[in-house]
Amino acid sequence: MRRVRTFAQSTVRTRTWPLLVDFAVFAGVVAIFYAFATVTRYWFTAPVAEAVIERSPRALPIYAFYSLVRMAVAYFFSLAFALSYGYIAAYNKRVEVMMIAVLDVLQSIPVLSFLPGVMLATVALFPTRQLGLELGSIILIFTGQVWNIAFSFYSSLKAIPRELREATRIYGFSRWQRFFQLELPFSAIGLVWNSMVSVAQGWFTLMLCEMFVLNNHDFRLPGLGSYLKTAADHNDKQAMAWGLAALIGVIVLLDQLLWRPLIIWSDKFKFEQVESAAPPRSPLLSMLFNSTILRAVRHRVFAPLSERLVVYLAHRPPEAEPAKPAGSPIGKILAVGAVASLAGLTLYATIKAGILLSGLSAADLSLTLHAAGATLLRVTLSLLLAVAWCVPAGVAIGFHPRLARYAQPLAQIAASVPATALFPIILLAIIQMGGGMNTASIVLMLLGTQWYILFNVIAGALAIPSDMRDVSSIFRFNFRERWMTVILPGIFPYLVTGLVTASGGAWNASIVAEYFRMNEHTYTTLGLGAQISLANDSGNTRLLLLSTVIMAAMVVTINRLLWKPLFRLSESRYRLDV
Amino acid sequence: MPEAIIQASKVEKFYGEHTSATIPVIAPTDLSVEPGQILALLGPSGSGKSTLLRMLTGLTRPSAGEVLWHGQPIHDCSPNVAIVFQSFALFPWLTVFENVEAPLKARGVNSFERRKRSLKILDTVGLDGFEQAYPKELSGGMKQRVGFARALVVEPEVLFMDEPFSALDVLTAENLRSELLELWGKKAIPTKAIFIVTHNIEEAVLLADRIIVLGKNPGCIRTDFEVAIPRPRERKSPEFTGYVDYIYKVLTSPTQHDAPPLHPPQEPQLPVVARTPRVAYQMLSHARPGGIAGLLELVDDRPNGREDMYRLADELSFELDDLLPIVDAAHQLGFLKVEEGDAQITPEGHDFANAEILRQKELFRQAVLTNVTLLRQITRTLEAKKDHSAPEELFHDLLDEHFSEEESKRQLETAISWGRYAELFEYDADRHRLYLHQVDAVAETPSL
Repeated sequence: MRRVRTFAQSTVRTRTWPLLVDFAVFAGVVAIFYAFATVTRYWFTAPVAEAVIERSPRALPIYAFYSLVRMAVAYFFSLAFALSYGYIAAYNKRVEVMMIAVLDVLQSIPVLSFLPGVMLATVALFPTRQLGLELGSIILIFTGQVWNIAFSFYSSLKAIPRELREATRIYGFSRWQRFFQLELPFSAIGLVWNSMVSVAQGWFTLMLCEMFVLNNHDFRLPGLGSYLKTAADHNDKQAMAWGLAALIGVIVLLDQLLWRPLIIWSDKFKFEQVESAAPPRSPLLSMLFNSTILRAVRHRVFAPLSERLVVYLAHRPPEAEPAKPAGSPIGKILAVGAVASLAGLTLYATIKAGILLSGLSAADLSLTLHAAGATLLRVTLSLLLAVAWCVPAGVAIGFHPRLARYAQPLAQIAASVPATALFPIILLAIIQMGGGMNTASIVLMLLGTQWYILFNVIAGALAIPSDMRDVSSIFRFNFRERWMTVILPGIFPYLVTGLVTASGGAWNASIVAEYFRMNEHTYTTLGLGAQISLANDSGNTRLLLLSTVIMAAMVVTINRLLWKPLFRLSESRYRLDV
Repeated sequence: MPEAIIQASKVEKFYGEHTSATIPVIAPTDLSVEPGQILALLGPSGSGKSTLLRMLTGLTRPSAGEVLWHGQPIHDCSPNVAIVFQSFALFPWLTVFENVEAPLKARGVNSFERRKRSLKILDTVGLDGFEQAYPKELSGGMKQRVGFARALVVEPEVLFMDEPFSALDVLTAENLRSELLELWGKKAIPTKAIFIVTHNIEEAVLLADRIIVLGKNPGCIRTDFEVAIPRPRERKSPEFTGYVDYIYKVLTSPTQHDAPPLHPPQEPQLPVVARTPRVAYQMLSHARPGGIAGLLELVDDRPNGREDMYRLADELSFELDDLLPIVDAAHQLGFLKVEEGDAQITPEGHDFANAEILRQKELFRQAVLTNVTLLRQITRTLEAKKDHSAPEELFHDLLDEHFSEEESKRQLETAISWGRYAELFEYDADRHRLYLHQVDAVAETPSL
């Protein structure tokens, strides 16, 4: 069951002076954004040639490979970064509050706003065109997937039982031993699940950053995303079908060969004292464990290596509880200086950004606000539509195991296809049917977000104890009573979790959904996402900055004012396990 | 007297070290761990037993005072100690063997030596053949054997145990206790001293050469004496029950300054240390009204409404932590008197035990209003308010000045549960507000 917990966890944390920290973080982000935009405009000089994307199915394997490599590299960096970030945040009390606030805000900033800045910078950095573009797309994927992994690791570290920690201290574990024998195993399950979510998000981003237009320059990277887009551009239905099939194939293969074995393997790290009834099994996994070659490699290479490492790291005095922060005066002065200069720089850049924004005309401002309203309406509508079909469908699947057996794998495959890959095709279809961009954008948002709701509702329906359902049949509850007293309260916490994730996804999707270029024609509609895309296209830093700030602010505000209270309510009143 | 291995002098612990309002958890305490002894630390929950243990091992720094290990400050050296934890604290992803081997790995012992020593100690604690099992495949008793093996494999000079048997069933615990005594008696383990924290009085008398009893609010030593019964000890023997009775007396004796000193059965030992002055709010014992009523009915059925506490606990198969809060609460409400380790029901208690439900509530209400400052104050505040309601926060803040954050929450929780039972007020859990009880008011049920 895909129950995404990132936001969920971030909301329940109690924080000291959240508002102040949030403002500081916000200012910092705005400052970085401004710096980025300024630098990249200066860098961007060399024109870029276009790669030709073939439409023959024979090109698909190599394109799939390119896309996979991008994903793998980005994931590797995400994992490394997330582990370090989570580790520092969990152990360094002084920066903890700040780091978690940064996570919170960065999660709500639409990745795609960074697309032009990042791309222009990396292209300018490397004269070899390919590397620059590749790096850019990798950085974008990274930005989209790193935060929830970091959050998952952080909260796992925080949740390690006290006595286990004390055991590692009293027996003098070194940092490395503690990491490999306690911290990493304890957080393994959360890391695996969040990695799956992150990689799905990665596909979404990848589809976009393989082919896009900036300042009238066409950027293309050979890959599945660019293949699909080219096919749509040429209205080549056969190529579209091939491309989609290849994409689904790759995703299903990844699921079977990578994620499923990983999930089963991570079951070993479940923190439980009693064995569960039927531990899941995987043929692939047992094959790997029983393979003679792999066993030989383990015995000859890994075992001696780790032995050396252990012995090398062992001869140190065990770590006592950290004493009161003493610190040398020089260190203190340096730290204060660093913080002060960082604050100064942030302030400077924020002011500069403010000056840049103050140059906006009243018309621009009012247009952006109108656009924000339009996008808010669209996001709300798409969430309502998703709830309207996912709640009945999810409850039906959850209550009928036989239906679930067929429906769930199908839904999982459907959900695994990134909405951005389908978008050109759907847009074509809607336009042919006489619909407009407004309809299409809502459909795309729906496509990207409904699955979170569906899977959470299924999980919620499964979690309703059968006793409660029996009660409702014994007392002959009618349809309405049944829904109001058993089903809705029962799925409520899950529904909120799904909605939180879906809402974030819908905002991010609006950037693609409201502005789309195809066949030399730009389809657009009024909206904040369209504003961002338009600003990207025309290189209007001022408008880009304004729209991005407004979007991030709206997402954060909605999180704080709507989702957080709902989440609290679901945690306190609608819990089934009391 | 041989030189002490661990010497704690004037160690103290308090919350809120960096704020002006510090809340003491452990009052200045002197304590030493000497070679050749099993030392048991006994006390009710909230007496800071575990905190004291962690200060002696060097895991926690005392807020004041110092702990010496062979005369050296404990944080400057790496003391050779081990802990057996209540929750076992095994790594579920490591096999039994890997769990036991882990501390040796940490010390950089090579793999051959590690294997030899781990297998030997697993054999000693009776885990032969379970090397490749994962902890979750084992029963509670077997898991704690792994805990023992992991602790003993480093050949600690002092073996610390933090309620090691309290998560086990009665028979398993008894079995492990006797095996531990056997290992200790035969000198099969190189450990020079054992320090065990427990809230089980019989366990302490059965195992220990010396017992220290802690009082609470804040934790302090109430008595420290040696147990002079030869081993093997017989639970039914008069000496044994004498010690148990004595400890009950210490634990339930009045806590004011003028308390008469109590002595263990043999000869006079250290005097009982007096407790701290009382605060504006008395500390409520966390017992439910139903539990109090049950206990009173039980005591009331005895001849003269009087019963030995030890026998009561035994009959209910309650441990100290289960029985004492209920007795304390009944005492606070004036339903019960505690004398010489016996519980004596009062006339009010007798009435209460024999009343039917509505009358019981009325008696409870009277008792609470007479005896519990906090509840009196809550009721008065609610009466004074125009809308007869107040946020929970308000009282929480009041309590915060007297108790730790966590304790004040629990205090308020108990007060609210008593107040609700007494029908003094109502509580809305969604809004965290208290309302004065009004018969005509319809309870609000906010809808989804």
